[in-house]
Amino acid sequence: MIHKLFRLDIMIILLIVLSIISMFVGVVEVSPRDLLNLSENQKNIIIESRFPRTVAIIIAGASLSVCGLIMQQLTRNKFVSPTTAGTMDWARLGILLALMFFPTANLLVKLLFASALSLAGTLLFMQIIQRVQFKDVVFVPLIGLMLGNVVSSVATFLSLRTNSVQSLSSWMQGDFSIIISGRYEVLYISIPFLIIGLLYANQFTIAGMGEDFSKNLGLNYKRVINIGLLITAVITALVVVTVGMLPFLGLIIPNIISIFRGDHLKNTILLTAVLGAIFVMLCDILGRLIIFPYEISIGLMIGVVGSFIFLIMIFRRVKSNA
Amino acid sequence: MIDLKSISKIYGQKKVVNDVSVSIAKGKVTSFIGPNGAGKSTLLSMVTRLLDQDSGDVLLEGENILQAPSDKLAKKIAILKQSNNLDLKITVRELISFGRFPYSRGRLTQKDHEIIDEAISYMELEQFEERYIDELSGGQRQRVYIAMTIAQDTEYIFLDEPLNNLDMKHSVQIMQILRRLVRERNKTIIIVIHDINFASCYSDNIVAMKDGEVVISGSKDDVIRKEILEDIYEMDINIECIYGQQICVYFDEHQDASVDDFIEDQAQVQIRA
Ligand SMILES: Nc1ncnc2c1ncn2[C@@H]1O[C@H](COP(=O)(O)OP(=O)(O)O)[C@@H](O)[C@H]1O
Ligand SMILES: [Mg+2]
Repeated sequence: MIHKLFRLDIMIILLIVLSIISMFVGVVEVSPRDLLNLSENQKNIIIESRFPRTVAIIIAGASLSVCGLIMQQLTRNKFVSPTTAGTMDWARLGILLALMFFPTANLLVKLLFASALSLAGTLLFMQIIQRVQFKDVVFVPLIGLMLGNVVSSVATFLSLRTNSVQSLSSWMQGDFSIIISGRYEVLYISIPFLIIGLLYANQFTIAGMGEDFSKNLGLNYKRVINIGLLITAVITALVVVTVGMLPFLGLIIPNIISIFRGDHLKNTILLTAVLGAIFVMLCDILGRLIIFPYEISIGLMIGVVGSFIFLIMIFRRVKSNA
Repeated sequence: MIDLKSISKIYGQKKVVNDVSVSIAKGKVTSFIGPNGAGKSTLLSMVTRLLDQDSGDVLLEGENILQAPSDKLAKKIAILKQSNNLDLKITVRELISFGRFPYSRGRLTQKDHEIIDEAISYMELEQFEERYIDELSGGQRQRVYIAMTIAQDTEYIFLDEPLNNLDMKHSVQIMQILRRLVRERNKTIIIVIHDINFASCYSDNIVAMKDGEVVISGSKDDVIRKEILEDIYEMDINIECIYGQQICVYFDEHQDASVDDFIEDQAQVQIRA
């Protein structure tokens, strides 16, 4: 039954409907009826805030979910994601270091630095999980979360010492209310990376079958792995910088899709992107409505829903092992 | 023709493959036999460039295999490794389609689909086509992997213990399919096999290995001999001619007695401990 709902066309229609709703939810009332004669104020709100916010949600939700999917395929572990590998924490530390050491540099330079650090962090995580043979794959995300927390503590320590707690905490938790035109456009950079990810869907799937399997088919295994990790690092850094942390998103969305549509990225990568966007959009709209006229930040919303689903996954795993 | 020239592989102190030189004839079924740990899998991995040798060369039709571009090589040789435990939700047809990757890089053409269909019917997998591989039995999955290797449509096909997990009917079916591939499409098949009677009945040539070295390599009649096999496996083996096939009989007549002895010994060891 539910199986049938996981179709690209249904998902896209759902996303469009939610996007339209998102345009009309907020403190300043704008209803669809007003569209024909918008006041100056309403026009500003739509152009400066609501539209950027909706676009940011779609890009961030889609690209972060695809990151998770790619990471899970390449590591052959369903529990790996930008959150559970610590990639996000490295990105945040990178931005903080960039702010401390070259505050006047162009945003792109800072981004590049943050991406490099996320990539290094992810590679470190990969090394650890390859060296240590874990008895149960559940340990893999736990190690990653621990590593992430260490990195995160370093970031907090540094920011306390330099009195930049303010700027750090805005990256602590994802928040779309800070998205206004002029600040979110760098997110567009993740679109080409997302497209590269889509083009490599087949090769990621083969690489996920193992090094020997790939070599037999003439696939350059190391290159495909590196491309995949590069895409993930850049996208994660971009999202962390513009929106903030969206914990567990890259973990739960690909897992839900995998249950219903399998593990061939050719079939699942677009669906994962769209479902990721839907999920974030839904959480954001709810966050705007629950304590109206105030907002619950998206990071908190997703954190609560996401960690809950993550726990269910772990318990299911433990049960199936027992 | 594939020539192995003084191939060696060392792990730590141990020479797992020691100075092996063998030629593999084109258009034939060549079986590698020998006890566990003889180095057969390691040798196969080196011949198919999955593993780097410590010394020696592999020549594929005169050319060094490590110098060939890997995408071209993937259309020339295919290998199915001994263990393929994947718990991915990929359908049978999707997995077999990977065999076409060297040709189409993932964008399957009409011709690719025809070849995939053919491989599916060769292995009689029609009824499983849309099932996920993680829902199949070990033997069914093994047949899917072999189908993928057939879809890869290479001149040389290496199979490391392909009869693992297979019942008698499917073991015979696979050996017949391999013979058919040689007969109809002039493929060259290299296979590691444990059951020496399968090796004896279905191969043209046999390479026998022990302790990392080649003991003998030749036509099956050269190798399926009492003295040779007894030396390799360190047990009594008798060879009978049945329906024109050389069949090895290696069941000890006094087997029951020796098993009893063994159990008795074990019991005593336990009592002492
Ligand atoms: N990666 C490895 N590291 C260390 N020793 C290995 C490795 N792979 C294989 N060996 C050893 O090499 C020997 C030959 O192994 P293998 O080629 O798998 O034998 P076979 O396939 O003939 O049973 C065995 O003793 C095995 O323990
Ligand atoms: Mg072996």
